[in-house]
Amino acid sequence: MSAYLWVIPFFPLLGFAINGLRGNRWSEKTVGVIGAGAVFASFAAACFVFFDLIALAPESRVLVQTLYRWMAAGDFSIDISFRLDALSMLMVLVVTGVGFLIHVYSIGYMHGERGFFRYFSFLNLFTFAMLLLVMGNNFLIMFVGWEGVGLCSYLLIGFYYDRRFDETTGMSCAQAGSKAFIVNRIGDFGFLLGIFFIFANFTSLDFDTVFAGAAAGLNPATATAICLLLFVGATGKSAQIPLYVWLPDAMAGPTPVSALIHAATMVTAGVYMVARCSVFFLQAPLALAVVATIGVLTAIFAGTMALTATDIKKVLAYSTVSQLGYMFLACGVGAFAAGIFHLMTHAFFKALLFLGAGSVMHALSGETNIMKMGDLKKHLPVTHATMLIASLAIAGVPLLSGFFSKDEILLQAYASPHGSLAFYVIALLTAGMTAFYMFRMIYLTFYGTSRVAPEAMNHVHESPKIMTVPLIVLAVLSVIGGYVGVPHVFNKIGKFLDPVFTRYTPPGGHEEAHAGLGLEFGLMALSVLVAVAGILLARSIYLKHPGKADELMQRFRGFYKLLSAKYYVDEIYNALFVRPIHRLSESFLWKVFDVKIIDGLVNGLPQTFLAAANILRRWQTGVVQNYAVSLLIGAIVVLGYLLMR
Amino acid sequence: MPLSHYLILSAILFAIGVAGVLLRRNAIVIFMSIELMLNAVNLTFVAFAAQLQNLEGQIFVFFVMVVAAAEVAIGLALIVAIFRVRETVFVDELNLMKW
Repeated sequence: MSAYLWVIPFFPLLGFAINGLRGNRWSEKTVGVIGAGAVFASFAAACFVFFDLIALAPESRVLVQTLYRWMAAGDFSIDISFRLDALSMLMVLVVTGVGFLIHVYSIGYMHGERGFFRYFSFLNLFTFAMLLLVMGNNFLIMFVGWEGVGLCSYLLIGFYYDRRFDETTGMSCAQAGSKAFIVNRIGDFGFLLGIFFIFANFTSLDFDTVFAGAAAGLNPATATAICLLLFVGATGKSAQIPLYVWLPDAMAGPTPVSALIHAATMVTAGVYMVARCSVFFLQAPLALAVVATIGVLTAIFAGTMALTATDIKKVLAYSTVSQLGYMFLACGVGAFAAGIFHLMTHAFFKALLFLGAGSVMHALSGETNIMKMGDLKKHLPVTHATMLIASLAIAGVPLLSGFFSKDEILLQAYASPHGSLAFYVIALLTAGMTAFYMFRMIYLTFYGTSRVAPEAMNHVHESPKIMTVPLIVLAVLSVIGGYVGVPHVFNKIGKFLDPVFTRYTPPGGHEEAHAGLGLEFGLMALSVLVAVAGILLARSIYLKHPGKADELMQRFRGFYKLLSAKYYVDEIYNALFVRPIHRLSESFLWKVFDVKIIDGLVNGLPQTFLAAANILRRWQTGVVQNYAVSLLIGAIVVLGYLLMR
Repeated sequence: MPLSHYLILSAILFAIGVAGVLLRRNAIVIFMSIELMLNAVNLTFVAFAAQLQNLEGQIFVFFVMVVAAAEVAIGLALIVAIFRVRETVFVDELNLMKW
């Protein structure tokens, strides 16, 4: 079966080519069927491969297909080679499965939009790039996929390139796309340096060679350098401090794009990469500590910003940043399987939340401000029910998927040898905030009194079936998705993923927390308590006492302002980096270097020739006798030389 | 008469010819100066031929004379033609090719 791995990424590429080249002549239906069908085909192929994979013995679950040698130079050679093991299998299933649902949803959501075919071909291209990223068998293919998803993210954020995104800052959608692209470039630079470092140490980029070499033991300084550089890449792609700033603005794209790229798949690429390189990280305790610290800080930092956001998509965006922080926290305490587990469940409920938000916007003619919603429950029953399930899941209410994955992370944060009480407390606090802001959003959107603008109220309607069915499927997944990872009972996902992380064991080994049952249940009870408290608090503030929110806002005015201004991080970055670079570019690079030096060189060269020619032309008198004189002088010189020597 | 006398005379004639070509402005005089140089060379040839008892030098002189005669024929024709067009044979006034 490993001979057919290439078909998984091939279908979306084909879909991209067909829709991109011919789609503008076809009806929306044809384009949509091709786009969604391509992803479904690769999902189906992935399922076949999955069954083949689990038929193998756990430790030999690695399928590799090498198509051909891409390039070779000296002792450097790169194959076009795909690899499927438990980790990439899970990612492939999430990418194609959730991706397919989002493609279907998009057919309804994007109905009537200009550039419908463009949207679908980009979405297919994204799926292709993401599959390359997770299926590549060496760092270079991974990097190609990594850049590919970045490109598609840029293209899709700027999909409404002629529209304004943010009224207060005057940012256009195209600028939001550029922002995402540029911020990601910074991360990619670190990632690329990390890859160079790896090549310098192992003279190969092939996963097996590199990881086997790393498992044999590595200089701790080198391991730390590689890990930190790789993690810089991860902070860019996965929106962690300090490079998270692009993700909230990435909401300029169509909502299903936010669901697919900026919630379920692309932003988790960093987590995937860190998990893939676990053998490095386990040898670099410092890097692990950095990953965990950045993760947990991002989690709480983004969580607080979600508290005051009024744009439904921004609430979800900050929540995504915060949840990604959880995943990095898990990786940072050495619990890679827990991180990947949360990645999967998060893909389900966060995609669902975004699609639900899209459904609400669809019903309200594009309104995104939750202060102008309310009491939509009876108008949007399916959207309400599915979003409620997703919110319960992300809040960590027992027996839903988020509960299991988040609890696993909280447990590991506390009990893992790399964990600490501080990590646990901050993560728990974040969990409470998550519950609070999610239900703040739910109550403001679906309950209470209606604050919808009257003209929008006239045609409020539940979304068509093509949009609600994916919502329902994702809701089911959000409920049951966690059961593959129930601790002790049947920890399928842990067992499934473990061979990936134990295949290459560094000296010192791979250790996860094995906490006592009592501790585990104690922590579980605590996190449930916190989640319920968060929900009840949101209920009392936003549902029971509608004036309370304003009252609190008045009391903590400064803090509220700080939060709703997003801690002024954008302004700080502007002042620290953007504007100085701007100034440097304009006053030096443009007006001095470009105009004076580059243009000066280009213009100066011919001017030098001209001046020289003006001198030399005087020799060309046109008087034959002058020429004869020089002839004579030349002859005399030559003769003189011959005679004198 | 020693050979050196012939050679010195030849060198003087040649130098006069060069000076004429370089300094005079009248095309006919320049032309005559060229002839002078050719004949200075002829004198050298003949002198060496006599000195070395070798006929080859004298044979070369005939060749040079033939070439000079042809040159005179064409050169004078050119000068006449130029005079008809430009009404001058002073070379510093024949500056159409000059920038």
